[in-house]
Amino acid sequence: MGYASTVKMPFGPQHPALKEPEHFLFELDGDTVVGVTPRIGYVHRGIEKALELSTYGHGLYLAERICGICTVAHTCCYTQAIEELMGIEVPPRAKYIRTIMSELERLHSHSLWVGLVAHEAGFDTLFMYAWRDREAILSLFQEITGGRVLHAINTLGGVRRDISPELADKIRCTMEYFEGRVKDYRRIIRTEPTFLKRTRDVGVLKPSDAAKLDAVGPTLRGSGIKEDVRRDDPYIAYDEMPFNVISSDGCDVFARTEVRVEEMMESIGIIRYALDRMPAGVFRVRAPRNAPAGECVSRVEAPRGEDMHFARSDGTAKPERYKVRAPTLANIPALCRMLVGIHVADIPIILAGIDPCFSCMDRMVVVRGGRASGTLQSKRDV
Amino acid sequence: MVVNWARSGSPWLIHFNTGGCNGCDIEFVAAVTPVYDVERFGIKLQGSPRHADILAATGPVTSQIAQSLRRVYDQMPSPKFVVALGTCAVSGAPFRNCYSIQGGIDSVIPVDVYVPGCPPRPEAMIDGIAKLLQRIRGAKK
Ligand code: SF4
Repeated sequence: MGYASTVKMPFGPQHPALKEPEHFLFELDGDTVVGVTPRIGYVHRGIEKALELSTYGHGLYLAERICGICTVAHTCCYTQAIEELMGIEVPPRAKYIRTIMSELERLHSHSLWVGLVAHEAGFDTLFMYAWRDREAILSLFQEITGGRVLHAINTLGGVRRDISPELADKIRCTMEYFEGRVKDYRRIIRTEPTFLKRTRDVGVLKPSDAAKLDAVGPTLRGSGIKEDVRRDDPYIAYDEMPFNVISSDGCDVFARTEVRVEEMMESIGIIRYALDRMPAGVFRVRAPRNAPAGECVSRVEAPRGEDMHFARSDGTAKPERYKVRAPTLANIPALCRMLVGIHVADIPIILAGIDPCFSCMDRMVVVRGGRASGTLQSKRDV
Repeated sequence: MVVNWARSGSPWLIHFNTGGCNGCDIEFVAAVTPVYDVERFGIKLQGSPRHADILAATGPVTSQIAQSLRRVYDQMPSPKFVVALGTCAVSGAPFRNCYSIQGGIDSVIPVDVYVPGCPPRPEAMIDGIAKLLQRIRGAKK
């Protein structure tokens, strides 16, 4: 029975379920998705080229604007790479401040995401609560750095501003409040039947697929694989921080939610630990203008997964080549796997489930000789 | 006029990111959530361009998205208004010299209100929209 042909349904670039412009072409057989073709690249701005044209100091501001949600992760990665090229060692206090900022960012990003996924599940109350609570973190950001969303705290050779003891107390206070809220989210997502019904067994990604398709971040950990750059390849001050790598065996959207909520608890722990043990001393050293010739890869665990930057310098004040591999790009093949065989109504929640951040993702991908696995598209006219 | 009064009473907003860094987008969503809550002015976020009165555009216009931006604008029923949120949307600023950036939103469609800032605070966005509403109300009086 059934019809011989399938129906093609475009999704995006402007779509209520996507906050960013991206296009997916779904092939439907009745209510079931049988094929999906992503068409990425709408947000391609050419940042890599811009980074190559600007000096190291200037590049910092571009790196910050690769993505507005994980700015600290990108600047951490950028500064780390350039500092290694320049051969400067960041003072320990700066490392701690960077760690605290990274974890605050994780809190803000994950709570934002919990809200969005609740919204896609039709549970707007939680969406509103999560976004309300997030404002507490944004106010903290404003007090620490002066900016709510883009912080410009990391700079070559350290950080721009110190965290004073009074500010530390304020952060502790906010953590107290936020911990209560996260516990609340945890209770809600585990017990609320609407949410469970919409997320359990939706968007299944088997551990073998997750590993094979190179998923990263909470998408990978939601499939039961414990991998986290913070533990596997510690950067800034993570080698001194006690924390657990969270994973969940559910392999579905619910598992990914659980991973993120538990990670928020861990982040609060890390922030408290770092605040209590902040080494004294300077928080910034002077960085030279030029970097000697060399190459460097740096990795950080952004809220969405592993973020990787590559820099090559030729001894001048500008990088010769700069490459960014953001976590969402790594998750796209896994996403396409999850999207096959599901119902149309589940598309938005699965898309939201990997926490896509397309502005991070849309780098130029050049595929040489042969097939682009059907998932990567380069800028049309380069 | 009654029509203008009605129009400014409950404008429906559609949000379109033309290639920004997300900073403006999350601040825009923050403006519709409880702390800033633009719904108290009757402003409602809408999913479809065909139901929207105001297009809130964020980000510089990339050459890939220009056509879609145009199409979304064309789909909106008249009278329609455009608010450009963020320095990117105003002039393409940080990405201005990138090879795939065309410029600000006004390089593709006409813009009524510009809200600079990187990203502008939600208060600034609300202020920009409120100014637009004032103008609609004041029009043809
Ligand atoms: S104006 Fe700033 S925050 Fe807004 S999209 Fe552009 S770079 Fe991002």
